[in-house]
Amino acid sequence: MRFSIYRYNPETDNKPYMQDFEVVVNAGMMLRDALLNIKEQDESFTFRHSCGEGVCGSDALNINGTNGLACITPISPLKEPVEVRPLPGRPVIRDLVVDMTQFYHQYRSVKPYLIVHDPEPEEEYRQSPEEREKLDGLYECILCGCCSTACPSFWWNPDKFRGPAALLQSYRFIADSRDQATAQRLEELEGPYRLFRCHTIMNCTNVCPKELNPTKAIGEIKKIMLKNNT
Amino acid sequence: MSSSIPVRRFDTLVIGAGGGGLRAALQLAQAESHVAVVSKVFPTRSHTVAAQGGMNAALANVLPDNWHWHMFDTIKGSDYLADQDAVEYMCRAAPRLVVELEHAGVPFSRLDNGKIYQRPFGGQSQNFGGDQAARTCAAADRTGHAILHSLYQQNIHAKTHFFDEYLALDLIRDESGYILGAVVIEIETGEPLIIEAKATLLATGGAGQIFRTNTNAHINTGDGLGMALRAGIPLQDMEFFQFHPTGIAGKGMLITEGARGEGGYLLNKDGERFMERYAPNAKDLASRDVVSRAIYTEVKEGRGCGPNADHVMLKLEHLGPEVIQKRLPGIRATIQTFLHIDPINEPIPIYPTAHYTMGGIPTNRYGQVVAPLGNTAEETVPGLYAAGECACVSVHGANRLGGNSLLDIVVFGRAAGNHIIEFLEENRYHRPLTGDSVDKAMARLARWDQKGEGESVKQVRDDLKKTMEDYCGVFRTDEVLAEGVDKVIELEQRLENARLRDHSKVFNTARVEALELENLMDVAIATVCSAHARKESRGAHSRIDFPDRDDERWLKHTLFFKEERRLDYKPVRMKPLSVDSFPPKARVY
Repeated sequence: MRFSIYRYNPETDNKPYMQDFEVVVNAGMMLRDALLNIKEQDESFTFRHSCGEGVCGSDALNINGTNGLACITPISPLKEPVEVRPLPGRPVIRDLVVDMTQFYHQYRSVKPYLIVHDPEPEEEYRQSPEEREKLDGLYECILCGCCSTACPSFWWNPDKFRGPAALLQSYRFIADSRDQATAQRLEELEGPYRLFRCHTIMNCTNVCPKELNPTKAIGEIKKIMLKNNT
Repeated sequence: MSSSIPVRRFDTLVIGAGGGGLRAALQLAQAESHVAVVSKVFPTRSHTVAAQGGMNAALANVLPDNWHWHMFDTIKGSDYLADQDAVEYMCRAAPRLVVELEHAGVPFSRLDNGKIYQRPFGGQSQNFGGDQAARTCAAADRTGHAILHSLYQQNIHAKTHFFDEYLALDLIRDESGYILGAVVIEIETGEPLIIEAKATLLATGGAGQIFRTNTNAHINTGDGLGMALRAGIPLQDMEFFQFHPTGIAGKGMLITEGARGEGGYLLNKDGERFMERYAPNAKDLASRDVVSRAIYTEVKEGRGCGPNADHVMLKLEHLGPEVIQKRLPGIRATIQTFLHIDPINEPIPIYPTAHYTMGGIPTNRYGQVVAPLGNTAEETVPGLYAAGECACVSVHGANRLGGNSLLDIVVFGRAAGNHIIEFLEENRYHRPLTGDSVDKAMARLARWDQKGEGESVKQVRDDLKKTMEDYCGVFRTDEVLAEGVDKVIELEQRLENARLRDHSKVFNTARVEALELENLMDVAIATVCSAHARKESRGAHSRIDFPDRDDERWLKHTLFFKEERRLDYKPVRMKPLSVDSFPPKARVY
């Protein structure tokens, strides 16, 4: 099977180029297996990967134009040559490795941690199964970056728009019955950019490898804001 | 001393950003100690993220329980090789630490009364060997992910300083034996950096990558273990490597023990629930070593499933879609992705897979690294701590219980953090950087700049993993292990002649993998040498030629030194902190 891979080494290349590789494929092979085979052919080929089962979020890539995780992307249905590029819109460090600093910065900006003002009880906080269920589809995010780097609003304003991944996390804490900082979280998302640059294009939801729905989470935040303002 | 390398100074250096490292860092940052965490991957990519089933604590939310029963189960599970003071400490601390994690935001699954959901796991009992207990606190089957992300988030809140994508090369040790920090490289630029610290904590995780088929991530290369060995510190009990009973056959992805905790069971080709024969009481929830050996035996005796009769089946269909969707959604997705079947409708082909490094850097229950370097068997190495899978306290002994590793990392990550705070009060100033550690670390790095013909790192790594699987697997004999020792030493020589083709600086993962392979090699040698020497069967170490446990000669910890591949031994601490000792007994489930 033929693969066309984005290559760029800042020490030797003036500009990026696409390079073709042939990989002998077998049944059940994932894209990560093919990339490891390519690395065997050319040791200088560089990409991030680790767990191999879609939980660590290291190997998010642009595969035939769509973002996804290499380790859980089967290659058999992919159109040939399989075009593999780094995540769009981020500065490329080398080959498929991009600089995710801004993405992580936006994540940190939404205060992605539980905030409680009351004194802590000796036991666990009580949370009903129904309250806990509200976190399903939110807490499972692996910070792979597929969503935010597929979002045109994030491409244009990565410094001002929080992006779908960070906003999903923001809602994860707003939705948590234990958290006591909802007002503060909402206030910090005011203004034309941080939240409201989302134009419901839904690329984020379409590409999420964990089948989460950032668009819906963003919608929920907007709904609460609207309710509070009326 | 190389003077051209930039230096950064912190009170504490934590190497590794899994649950152990992050729990320690949190303790330190909250105490306003200046702490740096070095991780070769972005913290939430650490392998704690892949832990599924849960974390043990005697909360008694579902069934009666107390920490003393948990302590008994852990010691029995360890085949009596665990140190009983450390086990008591861990099991007593467990309920409080789970609550602490819950307060930190971990989205545990819940019971109808709003308390944390707990499920049964292997090797758990009520009342010292009685009925099955339900001790494992779970966030569906993504408990490690939930804990790691919450700990990272709390560290963001505490303003911990992170060095993301920096690889630690070696510890810096002065002539009087103090550890002064580490030499690291920034992967993005390839540039070296010295991080000076008054205290250094190794929290680098396990080394499952020494085996070909494993549940571990690509990054689990035992870096801290290699660093300790090269600093002259021995590794303890490395012959005890856990094979998890339920990896996806032929592929290795983990299927949580929680699948059996929720009521799943194993079948052979005759449709027989064969665990009833091997463990009449606990059945499918016997200890992992017991279940793994049973599966091997079934397959070896011709009762395996599939065209090659090379695996057994894990049946979950009878649990019903609701339980599977609610309690086991992660493994369902994994099975659908990698096997294209749905466990709601079909059984899962499984086979034991290399999973967990019970051995590691010897520590006491404060996380201090201890070694027979002076007059006693347990002299502390000043300034050096270890916690989590890379450490050997030992709370797991010869076989770890499922649900005890997430517990281990938070209990001893926190304990190490607390002890470091005390250590910093007595050691207020950085000691001068002396000794040749930095030069040695730089030489180790420079060695990979050599050009010319030579084997590839990948070839040597593949051969090492295959060799360890063939010669140091579940069932072992003197003959096979002796051959294994020779073969791994041969591979060590081949590694010396391996060469990189890629000598670039920026994000050179080939170089990272070469440095990792040096660590894997050291760990593999420690493992096979320790296994060859131990002439008994205990926990995960199963010798066909010595099928019984031999407490008279072998109720002791192994210590392996890199220098001359020397072995030493030290006694097991049989005395708990406050309760009576659990003397060794026959281990039946």
